[in-house]
Amino acid sequence: MKVGIVGYGAYIPKWRIKTAEIAKIWGSDSERLKTFLEEKSVPSPDEDAATMAVEASLRALSMSRIQAIDIGAVYVGSESHPYIIKPTASVVAEAIGATPELTAADLEFACKAGTAAIQICMGLVEAGRIKYGLAIGSDTAQGRPGDELEYTAAAGAAAYIIGKENLIVEIEDTYSFTTDTPDFWRREGEEFPRHGGRFTGEPAYFRHVLSATNGLLKKLGRTINDYDYFVFHQPNSKFPLTVAKILGIPQEKVLPGLLVPKIGNTYSASTLLGLARVLDIAKPGDRILATSFGSGAGSDSFSFVVTKNIVKVRKKENAIDEMLKNKKYIEYAEYVKFRKKIKGLNK
Amino acid sequence: MKTEEIVKIKPKREVAVIGVGLTKFGEHWHLGLKELAVEAGIKAVEDAGILGEDLQLVVGGNMSGGLFAGQEHGAGLLADYLGLNPIPAIRTEGACSSGGLAVRVGYLAVASGLYDFVAVGGVEKMTDVYGPQATTALSGAMDYETEAYFGATFPGIYALIAQRHMYEFGTTRKQLSLVAVKNHANAMHNPYAQYHNKITVEDVEKSPLVADPLRLLDCSPLTDGAATIILAPVELAKKYTDTPIYIKASAQASDTLSLFSRKRITTLEATVHAAREAYRQARITPKKIDLAEVHDCFTIAEICAYEDLGFTEKGKGGKLIEEGETEIGGRIPVNTSGGLKAKGHPVGATGVAQIVELVLQLRGEAGKRQVKGAEYGLAHNVGGSGATVVVHILSNKRG
Repeated sequence: MKVGIVGYGAYIPKWRIKTAEIAKIWGSDSERLKTFLEEKSVPSPDEDAATMAVEASLRALSMSRIQAIDIGAVYVGSESHPYIIKPTASVVAEAIGATPELTAADLEFACKAGTAAIQICMGLVEAGRIKYGLAIGSDTAQGRPGDELEYTAAAGAAAYIIGKENLIVEIEDTYSFTTDTPDFWRREGEEFPRHGGRFTGEPAYFRHVLSATNGLLKKLGRTINDYDYFVFHQPNSKFPLTVAKILGIPQEKVLPGLLVPKIGNTYSASTLLGLARVLDIAKPGDRILATSFGSGAGSDSFSFVVTKNIVKVRKKENAIDEMLKNKKYIEYAEYVKFRKKIKGLNK
Repeated sequence: MKTEEIVKIKPKREVAVIGVGLTKFGEHWHLGLKELAVEAGIKAVEDAGILGEDLQLVVGGNMSGGLFAGQEHGAGLLADYLGLNPIPAIRTEGACSSGGLAVRVGYLAVASGLYDFVAVGGVEKMTDVYGPQATTALSGAMDYETEAYFGATFPGIYALIAQRHMYEFGTTRKQLSLVAVKNHANAMHNPYAQYHNKITVEDVEKSPLVADPLRLLDCSPLTDGAATIILAPVELAKKYTDTPIYIKASAQASDTLSLFSRKRITTLEATVHAAREAYRQARITPKKIDLAEVHDCFTIAEICAYEDLGFTEKGKGGKLIEEGETEIGGRIPVNTSGGLKAKGHPVGATGVAQIVELVLQLRGEAGKRQVKGAEYGLAHNVGGSGATVVVHILSNKRG
């Protein structure tokens, strides 16, 4: 039985800050930073992981042309849930009109909780327990002022409706690779996450992304030549492009889904937004391999095939490219106001 | 400044290196302090063909297991995990010269006739902490209350030396860069080196500024790694190897910990003293040295070392590198292993690893980086900005 995507939606806040603007404040080398990314998205003061999840979900619903009430499960993956206790998923379900007969929960697995949500929805749909499942990755990522993360931690959301009829994208298979690897964490009560510096590279990101990707290819008996596009989790430009280099993937198969230079690392939404950009331009029959990465650490790899149904449901106004164009720059002073980093504010 | 000579030592017998072992240098995310130390130890024991039960003493160099890995008591740990209990184990600490000190203590133990077979190890596990924590740990090598408290870091200290060297002697930015370029090129042929990437003068000069004029590629990296050598008296060495490498000199000198207390900052007086004593013990002049492993924690340090070790006159170190004299194939190849810059700098292991490189070269086992016909090799290991310096001279000729 086939399972796949019946609709997807994305949301990227319109505010941007250039990494050079942040570098100016901290005396960092802006030219070097440009090789990682140029600018990142910033949420408005009244936006959070829940509001962005709702925006993306409404677009996914509009594309899928299904009734919200037919959604049997909502899972929101994020590491910036607005509440520690009280789910984001119930807010989203209510806001899009999917309540009350459904199951809902929040997920957390650093940057890969959104793809974990897709896997859970796939299972429920395949088992026949629900008709449609809504899987969301949404984050307003945080970085301590002056920390390396401040240059990359961005905001965005992507929502995927999983079902088994009228598929616009078939999910052929998924494969995961998970270990206990402490590369990035935030303990209860801590304001900002911490990371293991260079440890976040080879033993964390690269080991998991490469293992999951190779694992999926092996499971399906395929090679990279069987795929038209690749999307890898993108904490910066260098990491996914290095993965492509290691696997011998031509850059033109990776660049269409590489959004990080223009929007930063949107954490739980990162891989899913890259996938959305590829789906915006893919042709029926195109095959896509996407691999997420979440610190802590794990990777989910997926094999997708685009169906002919995609052509008639895509809307130009909801395309990623429109969100990339619709942007306004802010300076660091506005950024610290937006991100509520001014000491004494709200006291 | 005192000008007296350091005491001339009188070894009771000659000492040879009969075995060496090295881990790959780099970021060993899956190996801890003791795994690294044990790996190098076992390799050295195997290389010597000696039985563990024949070893009589362990000396281990480690700068800061406590701050880097939460583990002090390194020598005891090494003896324990190598299965050498109950033989005695001594840890040496002299900042980045901890390894060189271990070699020297091992040498003294054998040369004095007190012990026959001694395992000398060095280890550092540096990548389990954040960069700033590593900088703090390394800052312990300076005069903490008069330097580190006021914000000095090692790149900053060596940048002052570089600034002054450029001002006094006209040393150029390009000459500094050439040191890094040479050492990266040498490391290409060393399978144990941390870096296997060739760099250009332009790469060095475009790398991020750390402390003017020093840039990222002027600095040695943070490294995990371990090295071990096995020492024996020459008379007993022949039982284990046909190619014993003789320790012809073991010298050490001290200077002020703080840079500002020195009369001149472009000369490491401790290097000058230790080198002079080493040449006396070996009964040679600097001209006889065929290759040297010197302490290039920063590119400027290698240029100063050329001068202070007598490979050239004071102020002409920049010219020596620019003329290619210290490349493999030049008059006096320096840091054939890649040096601290490109082989890596696990501080406690560095001084021992320098001896390993000399032994491989003097045995003729250095592969593509082999210095042909080498007879005398010199190792120069520096603690801090020059407060402790250890110089060893090795030869494949008993002579």
